[in-house]
Amino acid sequence: MASGERASFKNPVVNWIDERLPVFTLMNKEYGVFPTPRNFNYFWNFGAIAMVMLVLMLVTGIVLAMHYTPHADHAFGSVERIMRDVNWGWMIRYLHMNGASFFFIAVYIHIFRGMYYGSYKKPRELLWIFGVLIFLLMMATAFMGYTLPWSQMGGWAATVITNLFSAIPLIGGPLVELLWGGFSVDNPTLNRFFALHYLLPFVIFAVVFLHVWALHITGSNNPLGIEPKGKQDTLPFHPYYTAKDTFGLSIFLILYLLVSFYAPNMFAHPDHFVEFNPMQTPPHIVPEWYFLPFYAILRAITFDIGIPFTEIVFIPAKLGGVIAMFGAVAMLFIMPWLDTHPVKSARFRPQYKLFLLLLVVDFLILGYVGMEPADAMLFGSIKLLYLGQLCTAYYFAYFIVILPWLSRTEKALPLPSSISEAVLNKHKAKPSPEAAA
Amino acid sequence: MLRLIPILFCFVIAIGAASPAKAAEGEHPPHLHWSFQGMFGSYDKAALQRGYKVYSQVCAACHSMDRVYYRNLTALGYSEAEVKAIAAGFTVTDGPNDEGDMFERPARPSDHMVNPFPNKEAAVYANNGAFPPDMSLLAKARHGGANYIFGVMTGYEEPPVDAELLPGQYWNRYMPGHVIAMAPPLSDGMVSYEDGSPETVAQYASDVAHFLSWASEPTLESRKRTGFKALLFLLVFAGVMYATKKKIWANAH
Repeated sequence: MASGERASFKNPVVNWIDERLPVFTLMNKEYGVFPTPRNFNYFWNFGAIAMVMLVLMLVTGIVLAMHYTPHADHAFGSVERIMRDVNWGWMIRYLHMNGASFFFIAVYIHIFRGMYYGSYKKPRELLWIFGVLIFLLMMATAFMGYTLPWSQMGGWAATVITNLFSAIPLIGGPLVELLWGGFSVDNPTLNRFFALHYLLPFVIFAVVFLHVWALHITGSNNPLGIEPKGKQDTLPFHPYYTAKDTFGLSIFLILYLLVSFYAPNMFAHPDHFVEFNPMQTPPHIVPEWYFLPFYAILRAITFDIGIPFTEIVFIPAKLGGVIAMFGAVAMLFIMPWLDTHPVKSARFRPQYKLFLLLLVVDFLILGYVGMEPADAMLFGSIKLLYLGQLCTAYYFAYFIVILPWLSRTEKALPLPSSISEAVLNKHKAKPSPEAAA
Repeated sequence: MLRLIPILFCFVIAIGAASPAKAAEGEHPPHLHWSFQGMFGSYDKAALQRGYKVYSQVCAACHSMDRVYYRNLTALGYSEAEVKAIAAGFTVTDGPNDEGDMFERPARPSDHMVNPFPNKEAAVYANNGAFPPDMSLLAKARHGGANYIFGVMTGYEEPPVDAELLPGQYWNRYMPGHVIAMAPPLSDGMVSYEDGSPETVAQYASDVAHFLSWASEPTLESRKRTGFKALLFLLVFAGVMYATKKKIWANAH
């Protein structure tokens, strides 16, 4: 990092520091003049938005930790104290609680954008993998955070989810005991979850650093999915994208604050306001909304896998569900090698676009299935489970069958020769306001 | 318009995410209008005081409310002196004193509302095996909130002929599963109001639901006020940023 041209600065103090540690040169190179494709649309705001949400979660989380007591007897009460007696505690907590939801909203849109415009393809595979890793870490962090208020919903969600690991052959049992720190979800579980919930965001921060580093090596993808060929195709990051990101961010924050201040418990189930009671199972345990599609995939595997017509079972249903759930995330990791089509952007791949939009619908339906009780019916007669299984099948088929198949057969539409040409043509087609005047 | 797609996306996800969780059995309670709803909603202090009266004379016989402190009652419009007087009407056990003995003293504003039973076991024993839940968070801990509380208070009915109820069980239209272990707690005229409000079950129910909503969310008013300022700022900021972005990008197209 130390090598390379140093920028010159007028301010002597800045210059003095930069000669010794070129942080200002670095910032100028990576965020000032950094060449960025000139044709981003608003989908490209969500990386910056997610970054802001991460910082917001860290700041609010650290303040909450100053007032929270990670003990089974006091956790629920200490959260209520934050809500009632700590100065501005209610605001910090509501911002943190809903911040998690909005962080996931931003990240889901960010992931969708990557899939739609082919941002996972060569040369950005590693960048993509870091991204999926962040997503996975976020899920672990959010799950443990869900447990901390020690409510009926949090405690029982922890019980259900940690129990999944018992399906793993041989190490399952000991692993669950390790997670629990005992033989049931209790005070030791809460303690380790709190420690990890505090740790993981910093791990996320480190992986975000790698994610951004990798991004600055390859440069950003863009809606056309063709690489910039020269200066005419790019704009300096500042002021063009700093301004655009700030505008997009402020719209996102308006939505976030609207929920945090006017419907702060919109995402919260009433069982969040009842203290955890290990002796009394709530009638309907649901995870947070951002896990619902994966929860539906978990519950879709209701059958053992073995040799038909014999009693030999290789994979019992429970293990099958766990494999499917983690497999659903694993698909994202290997996506760059499942889709080897040379064209990146879905704009030029009509078939890919169709199947991807179907996947979005599929994912939303899975979310709905995950929200409903396991024995729910569709239109009063069909088991909702079948819909969940169908959607799970499509989810995996999309990655394992459709992507490789399209890679070989799909004929892409003609690509524009360069970004600048495409941008200029678009504006030529419309009569410019100057010409009209 | 196409540029707005990402923003619309946010809306769709946010709305879809706010899963309307379902109440298991039990009818949906009627929707009443509450003064604390809406962007500028606030609690009605007269209703809160009446609700507190109903709570302290009726509900408090069985239900604790130990996350609410007497000092919090100033939010109902009582003065500090009045709150001191209210608290002094209750007795709490304190100690140990210098000689190592526990002693009883009148409650102070810094004490939480006194529990009707010394412990959970005593509460369960005195109530036919059912535990009367703490009421501090009740309005948030039930689907439907204030409407649900109003519904249960007014929803007692004769059980259908095929329903089998054990002794000490009652039929309630809005209770999940319809069976409730609490006897109908309210009857017309049982609590006297000084402000001329009707002394009916419906009025008592709506006042106590109002009071319990406050108890579960005492910071609602400052939340809505703060939110309004924050949104106002962000709207202006977004407008300025939009203009800035337009200006900066003017020469790039």
